Amino acid sequence: MATALLYDRLQFAVTVTFHYLFPQLTMGLALLILYLKTRALRTKDHRYDGAARFWIKIFALSFAFGVVTGIPMEFQFGTNWAKFSNFAGGVIGQTLAMEGLFAFFLESSFLGILLFGEQRFGPKVHWTAALMLFLGSWLSGYFILATNAWMQHPVAYTLAPDGRVHVNSLWGLLTNPWLFWQYTHNMTAAVVTASFVMAAVGAAYLLSGLHVEYAKTFLRTGVVAGAIASGLMIFPTGHGNARQVFEHQPVKGAAFEGLFRTERGAGLLLVGQPSPETMTIDNPLELPNALSILVYDELWAKVKGLDAFPREDWPDNIPLLYYAYHIMAGLGTILVAIMGAALLMLWRGRLFKTPWLLWLIMLSAPFPYIATTAGWMTAELGRQPWLVYGLLRTADGASPLVHSGTALFTLIGFLGLYLLLGLLFLFLVFETVRHGPPAGSEPTKAAARHGY
Amino acid sequence: METFWYVVVTLMLAVYVVLDGFDFGVGILYPFAARTELERRTALASIGPVWNGNEVWLIASGGLLFFAFPRAYAAGFSGFYLALILVLWLLIFRGLALELRGHLDHELWRQFWDLAFAGASLLLAIVFGAALGNLIRGVPLNPDGYFFVAFWTTFTPGAEPGILDWYTVLMGLTSAAILAMHGANYLVMKTEGALSKRADSLGRLAGWIAAGLTGLAVLAIPFVRPGLMHNYVDHPIGYLFPIAGGLALGAAIFLRGKRREVGAFFASTLFIFAMLGSAAWGVYPNLLIATTDPANSLTAFNAVTSPYGLRLGLIWFPVGISLVIAYQVYVYHAFRGKVQLNPEP
Repeated sequence: MATALLYDRLQFAVTVTFHYLFPQLTMGLALLILYLKTRALRTKDHRYDGAARFWIKIFALSFAFGVVTGIPMEFQFGTNWAKFSNFAGGVIGQTLAMEGLFAFFLESSFLGILLFGEQRFGPKVHWTAALMLFLGSWLSGYFILATNAWMQHPVAYTLAPDGRVHVNSLWGLLTNPWLFWQYTHNMTAAVVTASFVMAAVGAAYLLSGLHVEYAKTFLRTGVVAGAIASGLMIFPTGHGNARQVFEHQPVKGAAFEGLFRTERGAGLLLVGQPSPETMTIDNPLELPNALSILVYDELWAKVKGLDAFPREDWPDNIPLLYYAYHIMAGLGTILVAIMGAALLMLWRGRLFKTPWLLWLIMLSAPFPYIATTAGWMTAELGRQPWLVYGLLRTADGASPLVHSGTALFTLIGFLGLYLLLGLLFLFLVFETVRHGPPAGSEPTKAAARHGY
Repeated sequence: METFWYVVVTLMLAVYVVLDGFDFGVGILYPFAARTELERRTALASIGPVWNGNEVWLIASGGLLFFAFPRAYAAGFSGFYLALILVLWLLIFRGLALELRGHLDHELWRQFWDLAFAGASLLLAIVFGAALGNLIRGVPLNPDGYFFVAFWTTFTPGAEPGILDWYTVLMGLTSAAILAMHGANYLVMKTEGALSKRADSLGRLAGWIAAGLTGLAVLAIPFVRPGLMHNYVDHPIGYLFPIAGGLALGAAIFLRGKRREVGAFFASTLFIFAMLGSAAWGVYPNLLIATTDPANSLTAFNAVTSPYGLRLGLIWFPVGISLVIAYQVYVYHAFRGKVQLNPEP
């Protein structure tokens, strides 16, 4: 039984991590494409239409992979986590059903028009399709995060005599206080990813001397959006998230900061390796008192360490949680530095003539993906050992009759299939980038018959 | 209230079968009907702008089942674990085939995705038919309300059945034939020339096979689940469903012969609705029938969510479904008419 649980957890972790590589790009790009289409409509400058057309191709690829890897997520609540579904269906059934009805149909209906309809329906309808894709994908993110926020911080429920939970206020569920910082943080992260990808493609073109006008548009859009968004990641959204973790999930906060013992004037660990066996940190490098200030605005405030909580409530993989958090926070800081420097150079009019910075922008495209993945690992590993925080333990949520051999069989299948999918996606994105944006300003035949 | 949501979930699933059904049908017929590259692109373009939206009906049905009958969602999805994961993998291949085939101009690339599209469509049609067979035949629910079925055990329906037995395989083949007919009707309606002609003759063939297999599947019911007739005996008005189904199937075959393109498509649509309606009428109020002890069956009444939860659904569901219908009508209207592609890629 214990091994089946491990495979169930690994399978969900693998499939959700892989899945989320795609929506983070599409949700961010949806906003940037809407911006490009809006500029095109306002200025009548066809360069923006051409730029949008190129990014719609990348968007479509990422969207397709996001859709096919997204369906397993909704299915797996039932297939692998039947007892959780039975326990919590009375609450999260609401948000998941609403996502299908309000978001997925919106996205899938207007995707066809965005991909196939530029020539056929004209610029206004095409712009509307871009707007609908933006609304649909951000709404979809909202309902999913409302579901996750409830698992992190259950609200608006009553416990029934049979041990299951039922919603008692839809409004309360959709306005979960946890959701505000989580949603803003997550959606801003999606914009960071898309901005870095857009700027990196622009930098690659500029460094190769290809599609120079498009390259400058991509860089300008990517750098401005990326600088704003990566700044917002740290303050206020990242800060807000950390605060609510320390308020409602103090054991998670202590674990990801590597704070084994309760301290007054706790320091902020920058580097070091935690060992839960000895409850110490090797090679520590810390900013004295910084954690107390960040969490409580006081130099000598007391911050609860792991020793303040029973061991059975500790997250079950503290080192991984600690590294995930530190990678997220460290990379987040680096991303701000890169985009800050790029914005400064753009403002001084020197960005396009600074090869080292263009190289740096080009090579840093994977960083937001890593930071986002690490951020979600922080949230989810830190939620352990609970599936629904304080209400249902992960060990009590799995499907009772799906045994270890079956779960391992499908886990291996998913690993193989997703390896293939990942290679395919990278190959197709590189092909699309190599092919470049359209040379002319009118929709080409190739774009009009996209895909067929 | 429970009955209302039972009808909603069934109806959403039926809409899914009708809409994605013709996508599957096009996929099944694709290697036979579409021979040249232009014909293949035309066949794909006929479902290109709509298949993704069609598939969302499945996801939305799953979401609504989870919302209204969480216990049945939990039991059913974990019980049919292997079949559902297989469905997921097939949906991944079909979706990628449709989206990626045109991305690379190479013969081998296209041949690979053609095979993936046709193969995944055929297997999905069979699996979904077998799934319906499982719902009619029943599953070995334990007193806790859970079960697990392997792909096969002895290939016979009994107390410990597998997903596949002679009855569910028959249902799977029936489903493939019906959806092939339905897909042919769609393809004829949406295309012209040699492709349309070939789809027409394949549609006739599929129509007769579908009629034969449907007859066999209906005759088999008394051997597999005699209890299915109780609701019909108690409420004979339900016979309207199978009668309408039989008439619609006859009309579909007749109109196909008369080359009435739109009429034939609507007849096969009505046939699918009527047959799923017949099954639901017989199975109601069960969601999952137990082969072990009838008391273990999960029904609309013992698997339902809280009354308050259902009332909340009454607030957002009408709004949501109206929007869905509006988008779908808009998209189908926007892409109406026959597909005409430029011969030069």
